[in-house]
Amino acid sequence: MDSPLRGRDPPSELEGGSRILLRRHSSVLSPAQLNLERLSGKSSISSVVFHKLPPNETLYLESTARIQKDSMASFMDFQVWDFPGQIDIFDNPTFDIDAMFGEIGALIWVIDAQDDYLEAVARLNVTILNLQRTYPNIKIEVFIHKVDGLSDDYKLDIQRDITIRIQDELSDHGFENAPVTFHLTSIYNHSIFEAFSKVIQKLIPRLGSLEAMLTNLCRTCRFEKAYLFDVLSKIYIATDNAPADMASYEICSDYIDVIIDITEVYGSWPRSKGYRESLEGAPWNQKLDDQVASNWAESCMVLTDANRPIMLREVDKYLALVAIMKDDSYDKMPLVNMNVDVVVQGLKEFFDITKPK
Amino acid sequence: MADLEASTPSLGAMGGDVRNEVKKPKKKKVLLMGKSGSGKSSMRSIIFSNYIARDTRRLGATIDIDLSHVKFLGNLTLNLWDCGGQEAFMENYLSQQRVHVFSNVGVLIYVFDIESRDVDRDMATYVSIMSALTQYSPTAKIYVLIHKMDLIMTQVREAVFMDRVKLVRQKTAEFLQGSNFAGGDVDLTPFATSIWDQSLYKAWASIIHDLVPNLSVIESQLASLGVLIEAEELLLFERTSFLVVSSWTSEEGQNNPTTDRQERISNILKHFKQSISRFTGTPRNAEQFTLMEHKAGGRFSIFCLKFTTNTYLMVILPPGEARFNAAKLNCQIARESFKFLDGPISAGGQSSAA
Repeated sequence: MDSPLRGRDPPSELEGGSRILLRRHSSVLSPAQLNLERLSGKSSISSVVFHKLPPNETLYLESTARIQKDSMASFMDFQVWDFPGQIDIFDNPTFDIDAMFGEIGALIWVIDAQDDYLEAVARLNVTILNLQRTYPNIKIEVFIHKVDGLSDDYKLDIQRDITIRIQDELSDHGFENAPVTFHLTSIYNHSIFEAFSKVIQKLIPRLGSLEAMLTNLCRTCRFEKAYLFDVLSKIYIATDNAPADMASYEICSDYIDVIIDITEVYGSWPRSKGYRESLEGAPWNQKLDDQVASNWAESCMVLTDANRPIMLREVDKYLALVAIMKDDSYDKMPLVNMNVDVVVQGLKEFFDITKPK
Repeated sequence: MADLEASTPSLGAMGGDVRNEVKKPKKKKVLLMGKSGSGKSSMRSIIFSNYIARDTRRLGATIDIDLSHVKFLGNLTLNLWDCGGQEAFMENYLSQQRVHVFSNVGVLIYVFDIESRDVDRDMATYVSIMSALTQYSPTAKIYVLIHKMDLIMTQVREAVFMDRVKLVRQKTAEFLQGSNFAGGDVDLTPFATSIWDQSLYKAWASIIHDLVPNLSVIESQLASLGVLIEAEELLLFERTSFLVVSSWTSEEGQNNPTTDRQERISNILKHFKQSISRFTGTPRNAEQFTLMEHKAGGRFSIFCLKFTTNTYLMVILPPGEARFNAAKLNCQIARESFKFLDGPISAGGQSSAA
């Protein structure tokens, strides 16, 4: 029962076999680039999002020469395939296109916004056209990357330009409503996590029910915003239907970080047996396990600003519910905890039902 | 709840005794010196102005002496002299401004850049600073920070640090012998620091620790509070810098293998304060949160609350819902006995708030 939010013992036994819940590949492709020095940042993205590499250290990453497959042990097992930019998969007969795209859920195409992107857009068009014929269900997500340092107007100009170029090309070939989505991203802020969250959400079956549960909770407990987070990657897999804003996502994801960090300091060592026994004596006279109200991590923080609390509740090993509450809700925490508990049970049932048999 | 009632009178009585012993506020002169570009102003901004490490790139060179009065714990004002390190300034301090700069110094913080190319020259400057200091403020405490340690590979970091410290100590000893310094041995405390990790907090917490008045009173009060609420560890933070002013650890808590936990927690909370200030749009130096609690199932619980006007208290507890709630209440009651931390300046505000 180790968890990053409650702490873990020093590694004594191996983790149980990895559960395969969903095998969806979300592969990261990039525009073909013959020039090795000009990289669009695919490997940096996956290192930052999935391996917690600090953004400024991505400078030292080497260029990807082969396809790299990364499996994420998370609430749903998914794989990220990192494709080197300089390989053209459709022209190369050694690639088994069917094995590669057969099970794929989403294709993320990274375009460097600070570079000349015309060629990248052209290559993307070829790829989309190829994929649309055989695998129309693959969702195509375009990350317009490295937008940090660009002005807001300029960002939107680039996004509009790329969108028009791709849509025009597609409609010329008769694909009117191809599932192509665009995201502006950067590894130096939370936008990359936000974009990944949106991609992952598209791969979750029955996302609507999840969102309805959270919306309901928000209404009952007067939450401003609630997120269901994958703790390790900080990707949110569902939120309520209130408009999402970056600020609330950032504070919630940073809050998870704080709790993980503090837990690492104080939850990662076993207390001695004698000490635990002494805690069960007077004046409590109760087993330590019975003294605890909840076996799952519960946390709450009251901000000075209008006494707005943030609450966190662990759902299972991988997931946590984080919510921003309204003013002065702290006094009603016990009630909120009860409601959250019910929703957490519901979430667990949900994942039990949607788990592939 | 029996525990709660028992604790109140005992803490109250203890508080009464100590309030008479509280000393008057004192201005201490803290000199921050070292070669130009060694990172003096960067660390000052991080510790006292809530900059994050990245932001320090924006800082320019310090011209002459940057004087700042840092209010710490209400009644302790640090008179911080950030001395620009360019050679022309250094010469000026040692000649024309010698008396002005080096008299009445409480603490000298001398920063060495580990990457410096010209170590001999650094040492020569250091020795001349020492000679001026021993002349005008022989009782000053000396802290030597070997800075920018992040640039040294992890495996050899310890060795490089020890090496440099040895050199500094040797130079100091040579100088003392040569000058026949009357005060005997000079008290010199070395630290390896970097603005990119928690080592900076460790150094500054220990510098601050030595400057805080009534420290033994705070420590004994914390200890009795800790025992009463069955805590594993108590950390008392200063409000703006989030440096650990004082701490208490139970016998069991001392087995915690993470030895650098105090500065790690400072670092974590300080970074989170930045996030909150971005979220709420309040200034970085403002107070950001009043309470944080985390119950990690059957492992431990923790809470961090706004304690007195100038401090936060973090309490690490063994698991247990009732224990947690009782401890929280007890800490709120104990505030009364720690009021002296805020000193005479904020005493009026405190009592009216109560």
